[in-house]
Amino acid sequence: MTLLLIVLLPLLGALVPLMARNLPRGRLAWLTAVAPAIALGIAVFHLGDVFAGQTPQFHLPWISELGLDLALRFDGLSALFVLLILGIGLLIILYSRYYLSGEDSLARLYSFLMLFMTAMIGIVMADNLLLMWVFWELTSLTSFLLIGYWYQLSEARKGARMALTVTGAGGLALLAGILVIGHIVGSYQFDDVLAAADQIRSSELYPVVLVLVLLGAFTKSAQFPFQFWLPHAMSAPTPVSAFLHSATMVKAGVFLLARMHPILSGTDLWFYIVSFTGLATLLYGAWFALMKQDLKGVLAFSTISHLGLITLLFGFNSQMAAVAGLLHIINHATFKASLFMAAGIVDHECGTRDIRKLNGLYRYMPHTTILAMVASASMAGVPLLNGFLSKEMFFAESLDAQLLGGLSWLIPALATLGGILSVAYSLRFIHDVFFNGEPKDLPKTPHEPPRYMKLPIEILVLICLLVGILPSLVIKDLLVSASASVLAGPVPEFSLAIWHGFNVPLMMSGIALAGGVGVYALRHHLYSFQRQFRARNALLVFEANIQRLVNLAERSMDSFENGSLQRYMLWLLLTALLFVGIGLLAVPQLSGEFEQQPFDAMLLTGAVITGLAGLGTAITHRKRIVSLLMLSVVGLMTSLAFARFAAPDLALTQLAVEVVTMILLMLALFFLPQRTPKESSARRIMRDVLLASAFGVVIASLNFAILTRPVESISDFFMANAVSGGGGHNVVNVILVDFRGFDTLGEITVLGIAGLAIFKLLNRLRLFMPSSDLDGRSWSPDRHPMILATVSQTLLPLALLVSVYIFLRGHNEPGGGFIAGLVTAVAIILLYIARGVDWTQRWLRFPYQPVAAAGVLIAGLTGAGSWMFGYPFLTSSFGHFTIPVIGEIELATALLFDLGVYLTVVGATLMILANLGKLTTPHRPTKEKS
Amino acid sequence: MLQHLIVLPVVLPLLVGASLLLSRSSSPVLRRTISLVAQAVMVIIAIALVAQAGDGTIRYYALGDWQPPFGIVLVLDRLSASMVLLSSVLAFFACLYSTAGIDETGSNFHGLFLLQLMGINGAFLTGDLFNLFVFFEVLLIASYALLLHGGSKARTLSALHYVVLNLLGSAFFLIALGILYGVTGTLNMADMAVIVTTLDPGRAGLMEAGGLLLLVVFGLKAAMVPLYFWLPRAYAAASAPVAALFAIMTKVGIYSILRVYSLIFTDNAGTLADLGRDWLWWAGLATLVVSMIGVLSARDLRTLVAYLVMISVGTLLTALGMNSVEADSALLFYLIHSTLITGGLFLLVDVIAGQRGKAGARIVRARPLLQAGLLGGLFLIGTAAAVGLPPFSGAIGKVLILTSASPEQQIWLWPLLLLAGLCSMIACSRAGSSIFWRTGKSEPSGDRIGLARGIATGGLLSAALALVVLAGPLSNWTRATAEQLSNPAPYLEALLGKDASPETAPPLKGDEE
Repeated sequence: MTLLLIVLLPLLGALVPLMARNLPRGRLAWLTAVAPAIALGIAVFHLGDVFAGQTPQFHLPWISELGLDLALRFDGLSALFVLLILGIGLLIILYSRYYLSGEDSLARLYSFLMLFMTAMIGIVMADNLLLMWVFWELTSLTSFLLIGYWYQLSEARKGARMALTVTGAGGLALLAGILVIGHIVGSYQFDDVLAAADQIRSSELYPVVLVLVLLGAFTKSAQFPFQFWLPHAMSAPTPVSAFLHSATMVKAGVFLLARMHPILSGTDLWFYIVSFTGLATLLYGAWFALMKQDLKGVLAFSTISHLGLITLLFGFNSQMAAVAGLLHIINHATFKASLFMAAGIVDHECGTRDIRKLNGLYRYMPHTTILAMVASASMAGVPLLNGFLSKEMFFAESLDAQLLGGLSWLIPALATLGGILSVAYSLRFIHDVFFNGEPKDLPKTPHEPPRYMKLPIEILVLICLLVGILPSLVIKDLLVSASASVLAGPVPEFSLAIWHGFNVPLMMSGIALAGGVGVYALRHHLYSFQRQFRARNALLVFEANIQRLVNLAERSMDSFENGSLQRYMLWLLLTALLFVGIGLLAVPQLSGEFEQQPFDAMLLTGAVITGLAGLGTAITHRKRIVSLLMLSVVGLMTSLAFARFAAPDLALTQLAVEVVTMILLMLALFFLPQRTPKESSARRIMRDVLLASAFGVVIASLNFAILTRPVESISDFFMANAVSGGGGHNVVNVILVDFRGFDTLGEITVLGIAGLAIFKLLNRLRLFMPSSDLDGRSWSPDRHPMILATVSQTLLPLALLVSVYIFLRGHNEPGGGFIAGLVTAVAIILLYIARGVDWTQRWLRFPYQPVAAAGVLIAGLTGAGSWMFGYPFLTSSFGHFTIPVIGEIELATALLFDLGVYLTVVGATLMILANLGKLTTPHRPTKEKS
Repeated sequence: MLQHLIVLPVVLPLLVGASLLLSRSSSPVLRRTISLVAQAVMVIIAIALVAQAGDGTIRYYALGDWQPPFGIVLVLDRLSASMVLLSSVLAFFACLYSTAGIDETGSNFHGLFLLQLMGINGAFLTGDLFNLFVFFEVLLIASYALLLHGGSKARTLSALHYVVLNLLGSAFFLIALGILYGVTGTLNMADMAVIVTTLDPGRAGLMEAGGLLLLVVFGLKAAMVPLYFWLPRAYAAASAPVAALFAIMTKVGIYSILRVYSLIFTDNAGTLADLGRDWLWWAGLATLVVSMIGVLSARDLRTLVAYLVMISVGTLLTALGMNSVEADSALLFYLIHSTLITGGLFLLVDVIAGQRGKAGARIVRARPLLQAGLLGGLFLIGTAAAVGLPPFSGAIGKVLILTSASPEQQIWLWPLLLLAGLCSMIACSRAGSSIFWRTGKSEPSGDRIGLARGIATGGLLSAALALVVLAGPLSNWTRATAEQLSNPAPYLEALLGKDASPETAPPLKGDEE
């Protein structure tokens, strides 16, 4: 449980600065430091167990489906990193308080830093590889925020995005690698994976795993060729650089190498990939560290170089090399963090980081100079400092690497070259900045920083010295237990003495020191050599590539989604055609078991007329009124066909719908351009004809195939039960209002909403209204012809009577609420046409929307009424009643439901038609009233 | 009343919605209150339904007391219950957001909103194919009306594309229904599942044509490539609460595929077994590719979120194509996550746009935001969740889907899905950096987020963390749901009685483990 606290405390600590943001900065810093300090205390408390060879673990099941548990471990490797993270983190908190100017929000920085700290601790303590990945990506995310802390600067924004993209992409590769491991092992639990190490190494997926995991590690640790993001991440405030980009986050990559060392290392592939990458990075970073003129740039590239060194060590596949790698992780974290902080002080006090301007600072800040000198000396590998120890071990290990056969001597040679460059840039860092003449036009006059700003550096430098002078006493326990977890077995005997006698590594150190001085002396020649190459700013290159990618995406999307509805429809039609076609191909024989019905002249005539009218509609589409007339023929023929095949209800409905549709289209026609330009090319017409024909063929074949096959369907049940169960002789109507009343309820809702939708659409529409036809003849002034007006007025009561009749008889004979509603609507529309909106609205004062809504409500409440009798929604009941004059009739609750249908149809139809009609009159809605 | 619980998610919004439409001049406060209370009650009903479905029994509700296969039934199982709860929660927050003022920028907002919810819930609950068509119509026409809400040229244009394409889809739905009814003589899905096992080759071929045509219809709803064209502009143009509610619309398509194909075209269906799964797989991958290009091309935050929706669609379709219990379970988790998060993002983007003056949601340099810290934090969480970065919900969903792929599927799925994540990460970080960091000098202005919009946006986006904390129980639930789907025998038995399930019953997929 206490292990969980080590992770949770910094997380809670992220909230502290947010809540205490108004406190004075000193108090804020102290409060923020409380949580990580306690966490550090807990970690130290567990150290005894770790040194004794135990591994405290914590396990809380989380997502069993995924094999992701909240599992933590505190082995030697975790302990080493936790101490680094929390220890240096605390120093950074202190340092930041002085570093940040008053204008920058310290609380925000602290909050992000604590989140980042949580993520880092999570990575190093995770006992489950998936959990480790979760924290891994969280470091990418939090470092994005930290690098972009000074978001006003374009450099910072771009640097943050670049870091996120590169490390985020690496994280995705790592995820894939971990998932493959899980696939091989069947668990993500670290102990299980460790136990299956041989299985992984012998798996045929091993190269895949290795490459994916290494992609994660190399992007995070800025290994060649992914090193380019790190220098640009330096646009972050210096405490962030010191913490993330030297001590911790970039170490996550090498941590991963260490963590996976017992699982993935030991193969030739591991050696070749890891050591070559490390070697390339080591030299690349060292060279550019020597070339950079920006103080933080020097440190950034030297960090890359040292990370390369650590990677190279882990790549050697030797136990001692891994130990050396771990030692160098500690050493690098201490001296590099102090150097970053020293650089931050220089920047803070001088206002610039340009080495060409910074000279001779020794006289202004002697104390800082000495601290920086010690740290630099450690970086250069000067004896009596911790850097010397690990460098010595590194040289020794480079001699043992034998995998290159006859060329194996290259490795120590190149290692020495790295050492030479390292000495040279360390020397440059000190000599150029603190000595070497006088400062040149600095923005500020430098002086020593506040006392406590130097304290973190002093502590770190002290550690450098202690480790350097008394290695066995200070560091051995930690190093041994960390090595034990990396090697997953016994740790080889090694001595951390400063003096091993005269041997080859010592000679290499000597060459490195002497050569480094020499290179430094000749540095101006090297600068002029480097100037021959065009300087490439990785940030600009990266941005340009991203921009190119985005432009490409924009171009492809603009041409793919070109806004043409015709194209979108084409895709839809083609897909449907393809899919239906596939099904049809699977049908062995199109015609079924039924005998084909005789074909008479009437049928033939009907079919020919319908076909010709359909064709005519398409051909005359540019003469809209003609086309519309053709379409009405199709509609009429359809209703005749219904009548012919004994479906009077359908025929009636179709007829009524046809009338309403035609009126609607006529109204719409008024707003369409009077002349239709010829828009389609011959090729396009051909395409459309082909498509339409193909569709016709397919649909006709389907129809034929289905209609010639007998089927036992649920309609038999409806036929049998319409009277006994639904109380009506008109089966169609009983289906509509009873068997499938729920469908009808949905459909009248659709109709009602359609009315509202059209109201919404027309409400704000401003359409061009022609006052004359194309030849300039104005429309007839006789808007309301006398005869029509008289006829329609006379017809109205008659039509209403007919609709009542149709409505009432609907349950037993053709008719019903839907048809009745349409008839009523048509009669009223006729009135509108004949008399105009003014007159009609004066005389017919009923608002359509409430009528339609009431219709839906009546139907819905009728359905809900059956609850009172304990029956499900929409259960009908019926009985026979005798009404004077009319005689005995059957009343069903279905009739009430049908009334709802009737009202909805009238309301919605009129809402649509009247609103469209109103557009042409002064009654057009100007502003939507709500 | 308890036995009528299943029908309430349809009837309640219908009655309340229709009542709200009775008068156009009632006070806004009254309408908001009624609507919000109704939505809150809906959430409670949905929770009760989930609790009921949790025992694993399949319940049905016979409308008009006409028993299946003759009458229409609503069916409650784990899947339908989860979907109703999801839509209710989303609708509640979207509606809450609208009460800050958007609801009054046009007519009849709340009435239409409730009817839209009715359509969605009905589609999730129904066990009848024709009834599914009816609810598709309800939600199509209601969404069309809502899309027009507030009016603007862009809305009218995108709504035209939306409605024309979807009306053609409805026509296809009818044709498909005609084919399926013509072949099987039934509309009840369970009944159809039984009959489909008895078809001769000719009828099976016709059934295949109908089934695949249905896939076109559902694919159109789900925004599958190449049928997705209506989505980006419509979602980008819609007003915020409408766009948020639309986050579940594509899921209606996904749900329908899952329901219909896992029930009807099972292993028992002979040559029709696993119909369409291959198509779904490839179309899903194509959707991923198109949407990752789309997300990079987005010049506007709303379009960006629209393409994030598309990425989730591609992911879900691909998972459907993988056709295994694990994949179904994973896709359900991902579905819940992506619905809530993209819904929340649409709301958030609207708040952001309201504080940026003329620049609105366009990804360009503009004035600093009034509440940059708060909105930036929410944006980070929301987009990180959508992209699939841990520790947010998207990462869990994505990893679940990645791990459920079989080795042959992994070769395609992993690179594409991870690449889609990378593309959206690039796009979102660019957008976020432009909007929150690359700001001009002018004074911040605009509307503060306020309580209602704050709760609505924060509520939906809190899923990013809540789903992670609850990932254990939730993934168990989705697993149980997927298992229930993989074994249709109890479903058929519950609806049609003991003798209904085909004699060739198991082996079913669920038994293989």
